[in-house]
Amino acid sequence: MSNVTSAVPDFRFTPTIDQVGVEERVAKLNTRSIKKESKMFALKLALSMVDLTTLEGMDSPGKVRQLCQKAMHPHDAVDDIPKVAAVCVYPTFVRTAKETLKGSGINVASVATAFPSGWAPLQSKLDEVRFCVDEGADEIDMVISRGEFLKGNYSYIFDEVAQVKEACGPAHLKVILETGELQTLDNVRRASDISMYAGADFIKTSTGKVSPAATQPVTLVMLEAIRDYYYKTGKKIGMKPAGGIRDAKTAIRYLVMVKETLGADWLNPDLFRFGASTLANDLLMQIVKQQTGVYQSIDYFSKD
Amino acid sequence: MLKEFDLKKDIKLDFTSGWSYDPAPESTDHVHIKDQYDHFIGGKFVAPQGGQYFDTTNPANEKKLASVAMGCDKDVDAAVKAARTAYDKYWSKMSPRDRGRYIYRIARMIQERAREFAVIETLDGGKPIRESRDVDVPLVAAYFFYYAGWADKLQYAFPGGNPKPLGVAGQIIPWNFPLLMAAWKIAPALATGNTVVLKPAETTPLTSLKLAEIIQEADLPPGVVNIVTGAGDTGASIVNHPNVDKIAFTGSTNVGKIIQKSIAGTNKKLTLELGGKAANIIFDDATIDQAVEGIINGIFFNQGHVCCAGSRLFVQEGVADIIRDKLIDRMQSLIVGDPMDKNTDIGAINSKEQLGTIQRYLEIGLNEGNEIYQTKCDLPDKGYWCCPTLVANVSQSSRLVQEEIFGPVLTIQTFRTPEEVLEKANNTPYGLSGGVWTDKGSKIFNMTNKVRAGVMWANTFNKFDPTSPFGGYKESGLGREGGLHGLYPYLKF
Repeated sequence: MSNVTSAVPDFRFTPTIDQVGVEERVAKLNTRSIKKESKMFALKLALSMVDLTTLEGMDSPGKVRQLCQKAMHPHDAVDDIPKVAAVCVYPTFVRTAKETLKGSGINVASVATAFPSGWAPLQSKLDEVRFCVDEGADEIDMVISRGEFLKGNYSYIFDEVAQVKEACGPAHLKVILETGELQTLDNVRRASDISMYAGADFIKTSTGKVSPAATQPVTLVMLEAIRDYYYKTGKKIGMKPAGGIRDAKTAIRYLVMVKETLGADWLNPDLFRFGASTLANDLLMQIVKQQTGVYQSIDYFSKD
Repeated sequence: MLKEFDLKKDIKLDFTSGWSYDPAPESTDHVHIKDQYDHFIGGKFVAPQGGQYFDTTNPANEKKLASVAMGCDKDVDAAVKAARTAYDKYWSKMSPRDRGRYIYRIARMIQERAREFAVIETLDGGKPIRESRDVDVPLVAAYFFYYAGWADKLQYAFPGGNPKPLGVAGQIIPWNFPLLMAAWKIAPALATGNTVVLKPAETTPLTSLKLAEIIQEADLPPGVVNIVTGAGDTGASIVNHPNVDKIAFTGSTNVGKIIQKSIAGTNKKLTLELGGKAANIIFDDATIDQAVEGIINGIFFNQGHVCCAGSRLFVQEGVADIIRDKLIDRMQSLIVGDPMDKNTDIGAINSKEQLGTIQRYLEIGLNEGNEIYQTKCDLPDKGYWCCPTLVANVSQSSRLVQEEIFGPVLTIQTFRTPEEVLEKANNTPYGLSGGVWTDKGSKIFNMTNKVRAGVMWANTFNKFDPTSPFGGYKESGLGREGGLHGLYPYLKF
C-alpha cells in the first residue's frame, strides 16, 4: 500500500469533466441488451437496493407504517421476492418506522440537516442529526449547503460534512449533493470528492425536490469519483441516485453503469441504492412478467 | 504466449465475477444471403466470364456464407463498357436534379433495409453488430443523403468553375468498412455525374452486392453503377483499364504506391486513402475519464481495423500511470466475442491473414522486450480473435510504433513538453489523423495546427460526418473524401 494516501487534496484542483464525453459514454452503455436470466437477476437486485421513500408535508404515521409493510412484503403473492434495503422518512417518523420494521433487517433512513434546502444554522442541523440517531435512524441523508458551495466556499462544505459525520455516531451518512442545483458536472465531481474525503459513507444525487433529480451522466461522474477515491484510499463509498428513476428499464441501465464502472463489488445494497417510491412497483411488475410471460394490471400491485 | 506485465495492485476492481449479461444475439431471420453471387454489370447480375467463384466466409465461425464471382480482365472490360455506355447515353444527359433524386432514393432504401445491411455487414466482416447498426449503416445513408443534395448545386460549390464530370470512375475499397467505403466512393461520383465500376474487398463483398440489389430496385439506369468482385488482380485490371478516367482507392499504402506507378503517365485522376498511425496525445490537464474512453474508442473501434485508429498513445508523464491503470480496468470491461451479440464490443478479426499479421507484430513486440498487456477474455473455439492489447514503455524506434498493425493493439509512450510530443507524433511516414486531449482551448489550436495529419480530433476520436473532408498527408494518401472537398476529385473545370 506504498502509494496509498489519505491526504486531503486541494479541491480547487479536482479533475475536470467533459460533459459531451460523459453523455456519449452513457449513450453507449444504454445499448447494453439485458435478457433472460440476467434480466431477472438485475430486477431482483434492483428491488433489494430500493430505499422506499416518502418525503411529503402530508405524511402521516399511517402512511409510514404502510410503506414499512410494503418494504417487508413487497409482493407476497409471488415467491422469492427480495425485501427492499431501507425506508426513508422525515425525522418525525423515524420512531414509527423503526418500530414497524423491527426485526426485519430493513434499515431506517432519515433525511436531516434542514432537508431539502439546507438553509438552517449548523448547530440546529447537528441537533437534528442527533435527534434522528436517538430515535433509531440507521442512516442519515444530509444535504450540503449549496449556497456555500456555489460561492466557492469548499472548506465550509468539508467541515459541514465532517461535523455531521461526527454527529451521526454509528449511523451511516449519505451526503446529498443536489446535483440539479450544482448544475455542472465539474461541480458534481468536486462536491463528490469533498463529501468522500470529509467522511461520507454514501454520496447521493438529489433530494427529489429539485428538477432534474438523478440523471445518468451525473451518476456516472459520481461513480467515477468513487472509483478514483477507492484507488487512492482503498475505501469503498456507496452511491445512491435518487428521484426520477421510475421504471425497471432505467434502473437496469443504472446497474449496467455500476457494473462497468466499479465492477461486481458495488452491485449490492451495501454500496448501491435507488432512492425511489414508484420504482418498486414497476420492478415487481417486470419480475412477474418475466415469470409468467404476461403483464399484469397495475391494480394487482399495492400502491403505498 | 504473451507475458503480462506486473499488475500486483493492492486495490483492484472486479470486472469478471458477479452479474453477467446473457447472450443477446441479433436475429438473422429476415436476412437473405444467396448461395452464389455474380457480378453486377449493366444493371444485371451476370456470371463471370472466367467461370470462377471464390468463397466469402464469416470470420467469427469460419463458415462459408456464399460464393462470389471472381472477376477477370474480360469482366472488368464489360463493366467499364457498361459504365461508359451509361455515361454517354443516360447519366451525362440527365438533369442534375433527377440524378439527385436517384441518389436520394438509394439513401432512403438503405434506411428502410438498415437492419438487413447491418446483419450482413457483421456476418461477412466480423465487426460487432452494435457498430454496424449504430455507426456504419446510419453513416452510409447519411453520405448518400448528403451527396444527393449536391447533385444540382455543383455550380454553387465551385462558383464560376463550370464543373464537368470526368466519365467512368474505377473504385477499389477495403474490408474494414465495406459498405461505408462503397458509400464514400459511389455517392460523390454519382452526384457529380460520373458512372462507376466498384470492386469490394474479397473478404467482404456481400454488402456491396446487396447494395447492387437496391440500385437495381431503385431503377437506376443500367450501367451507372457496376460492381465487379474479386481480389488484387481484379483491382489491377480496373486500375490499368485504358477507358477509366479516374481511380479512387482506399487500402494499404503498398498497394497505393503500386497504383500510383501503374497510372503514371496516363490522364487518370487519382485519390488515395491509405494507411495511418495516428498519434493520440493526452495532456495532464485533460478530462481523464473521458480521455480514457476516447483512447478506447480510438483504438478498439472495429477491432482496430481503422486507418485513422489512434494507435500511438502519447501521455504526459504526470498522468501516465493513472491513464495506464484506468485503461487496463476499462479494457477488462470490454466484451470480446460473437459479433452478432448486441453486447459485444470487439468482434472477430476480419481474416486469418490479418490475424497472422497482428500476431507477428505482437511477437516482434515481445522480442523487443516491451511490456505487453492483454485482457483475459473467453474466446469462441472457431474464428479469428485478438484480445485488446496494450504495449507500454515502447520506444519510438519500435516497429510497433513505426508500422501500421491494423488490429486492437495500442502502444503507449510518454512525453514531457508539447515540443517533444510534436516531434514524436510527426515522426512517421503516415499522416492521416490524430487526437489532442486537453481542457485548454489554446493548446488545442496550437497542437492541431502543428500535427501533420489530415484529420485532427480534439477531446474526441473517430468521429465521422458527411460534411467533413477526410484524407491524409504524406504516405496516408492523396485527395479528400467527404464534404465539399470530396466533390472536387470527380470533376474537371
